[in-house]
This record gives sequence, structure tokens and C-alpha cells, in this order.
Amino acid sequence: MSRTHVNCTINGDPADFLSESGGSLLNALRDEVGLTGVKEGCGTGDCGACSILMDDRVTCACLIFAPEAEGRTIVTIEGLAGANELHPLQQCFLEGAALQCGVCTPGFLMAAKALLDKNPNPTETEVRYALAGNLCRCTGYDKIIRAVLDAAETLNAS
Amino acid sequence: MDYVAPTTVEDAVGALTSTPDSRVFAGATDLIPQIRAGRPEPGLLVDLKRIERLTSVTEGSTSWTIGAATPTSRLTENADFTAQFPGLSEAAGLIGSDQIQNRSSLGGNLCNASPAADSVPALIVNDARAVVATSGGTRVIGVDEVTTGPGQTSLAAGEFIVEFEVDKPPANTGDAYLRMIPRTEMDIAVVGAGARITLDGQGTVTDARIALGAVAPTARRVPDAEAALVGNAITDDVLAAVAEAASAACNPIDDKRGTIDYRKQVAGVLAKRAVKLAADRAAGITTATTNGSHA
Repeated sequence: MSRTHVNCTINGDPADFLSESGGSLLNALRDEVGLTGVKEGCGTGDCGACSILMDDRVTCACLIFAPEAEGRTIVTIEGLAGANELHPLQQCFLEGAALQCGVCTPGFLMAAKALLDKNPNPTETEVRYALAGNLCRCTGYDKIIRAVLDAAETLNAS
Repeated sequence: MDYVAPTTVEDAVGALTSTPDSRVFAGATDLIPQIRAGRPEPGLLVDLKRIERLTSVTEGSTSWTIGAATPTSRLTENADFTAQFPGLSEAAGLIGSDQIQNRSSLGGNLCNASPAADSVPALIVNDARAVVATSGGTRVIGVDEVTTGPGQTSLAAGEFIVEFEVDKPPANTGDAYLRMIPRTEMDIAVVGAGARITLDGQGTVTDARIALGAVAPTARRVPDAEAALVGNAITDDVLAAVAEAASAACNPIDDKRGTIDYRKQVAGVLAKRAVKLAADRAAGITTATTNGSHA
């Protein structure tokens, strides 16, 4: 298996890494770039734990071959917070205790970010559909949904 | 696995023909899970998404052209496309989560050749055509000519679908696609039913297409159900005949998602509902779409 040199933008900064050509972007982000906030759950696109934004679209990093990232703009959970403060989504997840073990949390936050970027004022139903691709095995869905709605309110007020 | 991302159809055909053990992909949402489940790895991955034609959606004067590798979210977000093909847009919008929708494509959904592929019955009832790249140029075939069985297509080695062409619907025409799954989201069709209905000014059906998914080795039209509709108004008796014909057309399997008997019965119910929804759209009674919702 050959190795490929990939240039892209990650969390606002130019980045480059070497990757197996047939390896996943998930493994490249974790093992080559060191962004271990991107979690592996199922590895087959069912659980959403590895959700990232690629060119502003939420996708599962496990379903992307690493060389596909060439020239793309990627945002991971590590790029969500501001320099000195958490993103309102993160703050609302914290305040609402919208997590238990936390493995699914980065993926939920990125999927929720994608939703609020597109639809700043979602209904509860819209939040539930938008997060259908993210699984929480601690079964914390209700608090997660409420945290996303709270964050929408916060963002709209600011 | 090696990886190439050609920028022209010709370069992609060249890569495929020069490397026997090569495989095209668009969103890889089926390919990667299949490899992880133990299917043999291709020697060369040919990424089609850097070819502009493969990821373009164009409205012409009489038809739409949809790049075969275009993420399905581009279709569901396209208001003009969704207004003209609400059923096809809804079917495309049922393929997995938002994460998947940003990668999954009509070309991949068709060529993965799952009998349960959601977009396929909706493409078939809209008479969609597939433009296939070959070493000698392109050829055009009906979408219903692409899959030949589970995981099998009629495409030769080195061929791939460049784009789909779908004629704009005639006046007083509506389409619909409904899917039965035991949950709300993120599941594979137990049964899928697509319909396209054209009415005259009096509410009589002048043209009808019905196609079922997940009830046979490939998606299939139901000519007997279509014949029961043409020349008639949408009455309870006619809908009962549609349901009976749809159930009779099924040749399903028993599996964890449903038994043969259950699939046959649900196929009738869904076909009836899809016809009713398509006819309501044809009559202008409803224009609402159910993107982000379920059957």
C-alpha cells in the first residue's frame, strides 16, 4: 500500500500529512495529525462518532479515504471552541449535562454545528432528524436535543 | 490500495482500463463498509468526485442532468428540482443520515445494486436514463437496465455512470416514493414503492408508472398495477386493484427485516399510498414534500 502526501486546511490552519492511500481520514486525523477528539465508533458510518465538517458539510471521517481530503477544508471538534471560550453548543452540553461517557459527544457537537449553520432556529423534530446519524449508547438523547435547542437560543440572542 | 482522482471522464476510463483490479467510487458509503466486512480490496481506487460533470446538477429546458457522483443532499436542497420531482427528491433524502447524504450519490445507490436502494424505484418511475462512460465514448441506457441482481450490474469492466438524464414531467403529473421501515430513520427498506401519475383535466389517469423496491432481486415496474390505473379515476376500487397487482408482482426473500408474506402485503399498501400521493400532487392538491420525514 502506497503512502500519499495530503495538503488541506484543518481547523483554520494549513496542514499536511502522510497517509496510507486506502486508509481512512479518521485514522489519518487521529494517528498522523494527532486530533484524537475525532472518535471511532463503528467505522462503517452508522454511529456518527467521527463526524467532522469537510467543506462545511458534516460527514463521517471513517467513510472518507484520507487522500480525498486534498485541498479540502476540515473542521474537527478541536476547531469548535473560540480562543478563550467554548462554543455555545459546548457550553450548553456542559450546563445541560448532555453527555455521560462522552465518546459520542464530539460527533454530536459537529452534527449539531452543521445543523445550526444551516438552520439557526430548528424545531425539536428537526434537531432529532439532523442528529439521527449520531448514536449515544448511554441514551442521553433527550438532554442532547435540549442542549442543541438551548444553544440555538443562545446563538440567536447574541 | 492506490488512489487516483482523475479530473476528466477520459482519464477515469483510462485509469480503469489500465488497471484491471480497479474500482470507481463516489461517496464510498457502501464501499468502505463492504471492505471492512471482508470483501476484497481493489488495487486502485478511482475517485470520481473531482470530475466536474460527475458532481453537477443542471436544469435544461426539457430535462435535468444529474452528475452520478453528486451528493444526494445537493438534490434535496435544490428547491427547483424538489418542486418538479418531489418523489425522487424524497427518495434521495431517505438514504442514511445527514452525514451519509453529504456523500451518497444516485450513481452509487444504483450501482451498489442493493434491491432495497431507495432512489432506484423513484428514478425508474421518472424514466431516468443513465449515461455510461465506456472506452469508446458514452452510451445511454435506461436506469431499469442497470441492475441485474443483488450486487450485480450490466456495466462492463471499466464502465461507470457519468450522469443521469431525467425529462421534466408533463403537465398534471406527480411522483412519490414511500418506504416502510420499522423505525423512523437510518434503516434499509423493507419495501419501497415509487409512483408517477399523470391526470387529465377530469381526474382520469392518462399515464401511470409504479415501481417497487426490496421485494425482488432488482427494483421492478408493476405493469398490471399501471394498467389498472390508466383510463380510470383514482377510486377505492382502482386502488384496491393497484394493491393486489403490486402484491402479486413481488418475489421477495424472508430475512430479518420482513417475511415474504409481510413484504407482499406491505408492497400493496405502499403502492396504493404512493399512487394516491402522486395523484394528489398531479392534481395540485398537495405540493408538500416529506424530506426529513418518513413514510
